[in-house]
Amino acid sequence: MIRLEARQSVPGWLRLAATAGAGVAALVLVAIPIAAAGVGVLDAYALMAKGAFGSVFAASETLTRATPLILTGLAAAVAFRAKLWNIGGEGQLYAGALAAVAVGSGAISAPAAVMVPMVLVAGALAGALLMIGPALMKLRFGADEVVTTLLLNFVVLLFVQMMLEGPMKDPMGLGWPQSMPVTDEASLPRLMARTRLHAGLIIGLVLAVAVAILMRRTVWGFEIRAVGENAAAARYAGVPVTATMVRVALISGALAGLAGVGEVAGLKGYLTSDLSPGFGYAGIVVAMLAGLSPLGVIAAAIFIAGVFVGADSMSRATGVSNYLADLVVATSLLCVLVGGFLTRFRIRLGRG
Amino acid sequence: MEVLDILLTVNFWAASVRIATPMIFGVLGALVCERAGVLNLGIEGIFTAGAMAGWMAVWAGADLWTGVAVAAAAGGLFGLIHAILTVPLGLSQHVSGIGVTLLASSLSYFIYRTALPDVTTPPRIAPFRPVDIPVLSDLPFIGPVLFQQTPLTLLAFVLVGVVAFVLYRTPLGLAIRAVGDNPASVEAQGLSVHALRMGAVVAGSGLMAMGGAFLTMSAFDAFFFGMVNGRGWICIALTVFASWRPGKALLGALLFGAFDAFQVRLQTEVGAFLPSQVFLMLPYLLSIAALVAVARKADYPRAMLTPWFKGQR
Repeated sequence: MIRLEARQSVPGWLRLAATAGAGVAALVLVAIPIAAAGVGVLDAYALMAKGAFGSVFAASETLTRATPLILTGLAAAVAFRAKLWNIGGEGQLYAGALAAVAVGSGAISAPAAVMVPMVLVAGALAGALLMIGPALMKLRFGADEVVTTLLLNFVVLLFVQMMLEGPMKDPMGLGWPQSMPVTDEASLPRLMARTRLHAGLIIGLVLAVAVAILMRRTVWGFEIRAVGENAAAARYAGVPVTATMVRVALISGALAGLAGVGEVAGLKGYLTSDLSPGFGYAGIVVAMLAGLSPLGVIAAAIFIAGVFVGADSMSRATGVSNYLADLVVATSLLCVLVGGFLTRFRIRLGRG
Repeated sequence: MEVLDILLTVNFWAASVRIATPMIFGVLGALVCERAGVLNLGIEGIFTAGAMAGWMAVWAGADLWTGVAVAAAAGGLFGLIHAILTVPLGLSQHVSGIGVTLLASSLSYFIYRTALPDVTTPPRIAPFRPVDIPVLSDLPFIGPVLFQQTPLTLLAFVLVGVVAFVLYRTPLGLAIRAVGDNPASVEAQGLSVHALRMGAVVAGSGLMAMGGAFLTMSAFDAFFFGMVNGRGWICIALTVFASWRPGKALLGALLFGAFDAFQVRLQTEVGAFLPSQVFLMLPYLLSIAALVAVARKADYPRAMLTPWFKGQR
């Protein structure tokens, strides 16, 4: 007889195996729509793998794409750890990008050693500021932050469009609604010749380590985890729950804001209203794939970025729609949820 | 004073009812799910799936009502995924809902792109036409506002009554409400908590998808990428505003519709002074404001977001 038995605790290796299993399961499930589109499944996946990691340039493109995902993934991971459902990463990313352009496109001139930190701080602040509203509405009035952060994404995007068609429009932009270019002094340095890799990647990696230390080794991190596990118990134990929630909201918003800075000041050079193909939402998937572990976010972001870059290149070769990438991302999220469920049980054979 | 004159025109009120229609379906769907204790954030994607599936069925040759049924079935299918993950498996309703939204939208876009690889302008279908009801449609003011709408709008009004009747006047409705407030009491009566919750989520998701179908089969005649544009999320806010009651859901959706119609007309009146985006932001900001206004005294179904397992006390 086969029985399911609840585990007392889930070992680390099993959690890792479940995540990897979820990734594989997602790829197996997505084989159905690929086959339905009339393309060989293995060929398609081979093309995807080659497109994402097949050459130095391909790998550099994947890492470039992973850069904002690491930051939005960290933003979601920190917030979800405290059970603060910040789904507003997309809006915070745009707020960060807008602030970076406002500061970095010629309004202030200073040497790079001053400008780069200033652009980064401006973007982080803008993202954090955007979280103040939802945090206060949640803590003061009990308004669900899922809904407020989601709806603010639309408001921010409209605000960005308004600025790009109005005061921040580049007069040299040939009529396109785009911002003035970020000046050379304010741009993040490139990391490698003939690739688009930029210093945003280093910032993302450093912050992943910093967040890991914050969560594991500091009182703040302990408080964040305690609030997430059981807010009532944490309050009883003397954890300042409200202050912790506000802190988490600000950190999460700032991280997503930095993702926007990287995209304008490191990659594109100017802001348009299609800067992000949903990096904020994909960040949620990255965080969940990582099991909310800050270092795991790096690996998960590279996987998701690989799916996006690989699907683009596979799509060009076979004509299969590149919405396939979003399909893999969505399926991975659902699979990792189920995987997490399965790890909580062990299968016992025989009579117990 | 010109601005206030807007409120007196038949056109304005007819537009309000039209804009309110998908929100009525969406809020009814969300409240059926939530009354049973399950938050369904799959709504945004389910709207997209309903819009795409209904439109595509008609484009492929089905008649309009079959299209609506296909949309509802597609919504129910995504609802079933959410139901399985959140009810028997008891996984996070927030994360599962976001996952269903991502899955339903990306699958809809993928299917649309695969079926129509190189269209530049979206193909059109012959959508629902306004109905002409003898006597009622000819009434002054009320006629054009309420009775010269398309059949889906009338269906939405009927469904408000149906959902209210089922929830408050039938044993099934009592069981659904109880399962969202106190699942143990339902279990004690020998009913299955899981079956009730899953059934409610599937049915509610079907309703949501009909809201999406209204967009492609009545409001417009084609499917566009990003056409749902946050309507699903707004429905989640309106559900709280409506305190989970079908009658108030209708009122909330109509208020939203009136506000949105007003915003569009205001744009043409004073649009020269303000950028259009200011007006387009208003519906989202209004929804946030409505949520904040009622959040403190909102009486959430008590067992909402809480999974339940057999034998649990």
